[in-house]
Amino acid sequence: MSATPNPTPNLTANPNLARTAPAPAAQRSGAVLDTTGLTAFYGDFQALFGVDFHLDAGEVVAIIGANGAGKSTFLKSLVGLIGNAADMVHFDGQPIGAMHPSAGVGLGLALVPEGRRLFSSLTVEENLLIGGQHTRREGPWSLEAIYDLFPVLGERRNNPGQALSGGQQQMVSIGRALMSNPRVLLCDEISLGLAPIVIRDIYACVPQIRAEGTSIVVVEQDINQALAVADRVYCFQEGRVSLTGTPAALTREQIKAAYFGLAEAGQPSKKTAKSKAIKTKQNGGRGA
Amino acid sequence: MIDQLLSVVLDPLRLLDILIDGISSGAQYALFAAGLSLIFGIMRLVNLAHGDFIILAAYILFAISWVLGALGLPPELNPLLALLIAAPLLFALGYAVQRGVLNNTLGKDILPPLLVTFALSVILQNGLFLIFSPDTRSIDSGALSTAGINIGYRQVPVLALTTVGTALAVIGGLQYLFFRTALGRDFRAVSDDPEIAQLMGINRRQVFALSMGVAMVVVAIAGVMFGVAGSFDPYLGPSRLLSAFEAVIIGGVGSLWGTLAGGIVLGISEQFGSRAFGEEFKQISGHVAFLIILLLRPRGLFPRDKD
Repeated sequence: MSATPNPTPNLTANPNLARTAPAPAAQRSGAVLDTTGLTAFYGDFQALFGVDFHLDAGEVVAIIGANGAGKSTFLKSLVGLIGNAADMVHFDGQPIGAMHPSAGVGLGLALVPEGRRLFSSLTVEENLLIGGQHTRREGPWSLEAIYDLFPVLGERRNNPGQALSGGQQQMVSIGRALMSNPRVLLCDEISLGLAPIVIRDIYACVPQIRAEGTSIVVVEQDINQALAVADRVYCFQEGRVSLTGTPAALTREQIKAAYFGLAEAGQPSKKTAKSKAIKTKQNGGRGA
Repeated sequence: MIDQLLSVVLDPLRLLDILIDGISSGAQYALFAAGLSLIFGIMRLVNLAHGDFIILAAYILFAISWVLGALGLPPELNPLLALLIAAPLLFALGYAVQRGVLNNTLGKDILPPLLVTFALSVILQNGLFLIFSPDTRSIDSGALSTAGINIGYRQVPVLALTTVGTALAVIGGLQYLFFRTALGRDFRAVSDDPEIAQLMGINRRQVFALSMGVAMVVVAIAGVMFGVAGSFDPYLGPSRLLSAFEAVIIGGVGSLWGTLAGGIVLGISEQFGSRAFGEEFKQISGHVAFLIILLLRPRGLFPRDKD
């Protein structure tokens, strides 16, 4: 994981204004993607310690947390790049925790990986094409639709992916994932290393993607961005979920405590964040 | 020796001879090398059995065209017919060897694929020795083997022209496959970033097996051209491999047209050496040219942008 330039949660602007209303109480039966007690290991090193998570159809969920909190590991576990017990991850009720990484795209699970990871010997258009080449999933996304969403990619379709600016490369990476017409789009740090104005352009596409019926998970270190875009937020700390709730229901102090674990050193925010998080759940963050 | 060198350098017709014969033998080297280049480019696998696969293909083609000849078909057509029969067989063999054996050797460590392909090389040489004996063989192409086109002061063998045309077609075909087809996109994507390629729904083992199948079709083509142009025995594989390696490295790893250029540089150098200094200098001239290019351009004549 690379260092973030500005890790301090700066919540002076009121993120709650970005949302008109909290998302309707989610039904667990409607969860398109969920994990129960998800653990993940790199060899002997344990990176996730029992993560419970769910994403409902049509929802945008943000995962925030400091470097090393396990956010990217979590996404890798979802797509099969890190193997788990099969029933730790469910997609549409199907256990997928142990699936091969090449199987996700056919189910409708697509990842925009951290660092963009474009194929260097492929042009912009080829990078997009390969995203949809191995699935017969029908849906709204095609080359034309991607070029409508990001017109600059149409102009540069025959350039090598590596020749584009960072923001444009990020657009290609998002477009590549959309080409499979996913039901769930997982975005890992799509704002990393980009200028604020570029980040705004990238995030401007989220409502359009969502309007096509895709549920979205964004992993984000920029807390304001995460709160502005998401229906619900999970905060990760040291491989555990330290806080969850709707942006409207979370206070700056709660997030700060859950993000850094400042409340009690060593004990991940037991009193403040956790008790309030439970309260948040009761308040309608999670209806089940 | 100086006299001999000057008599070659100062004589335009002898220089033209070097060019013609160098290009035709270089085209053959490029055919040897194309499959090797393909495999290395996609999966970073150094196939030490590549030369022996070429000899295996030559024997298979020899056997098929012998049968066709015995059936009374014209020998001028038999090599081509044999190739059409052998190509799918060798594709299947390549696919099976990759899926069954070589895929299991690929990983972070580069040693296992080297050891396993070296073992395959030994098995193939001795297997061919057992089945076909150490006698040299040649694929009969009837009147084609001696046919030539008169260009005034000499004949250019039809087989040499065919080899050059075949090499151009093979390299052009592979180039098309790589850069104009969906399978080619998969090949390049897997080579660029295997982890992310899997997330695109690409089964890496399947792509590797397909690419080995394609490489074996190229090996079949190389085998028929080699077997028709000259004679072969079970132990010629390693020297074919050496020429192929040199052609790939001269041209620049990963560049198919570079591989063709590398083969031709090698062929012309050998022809020049053999005519200017004597037949015994033929092979060493190729190696010296290879070393000089390695010294001046360590990444080859047409290096790919990355790695």
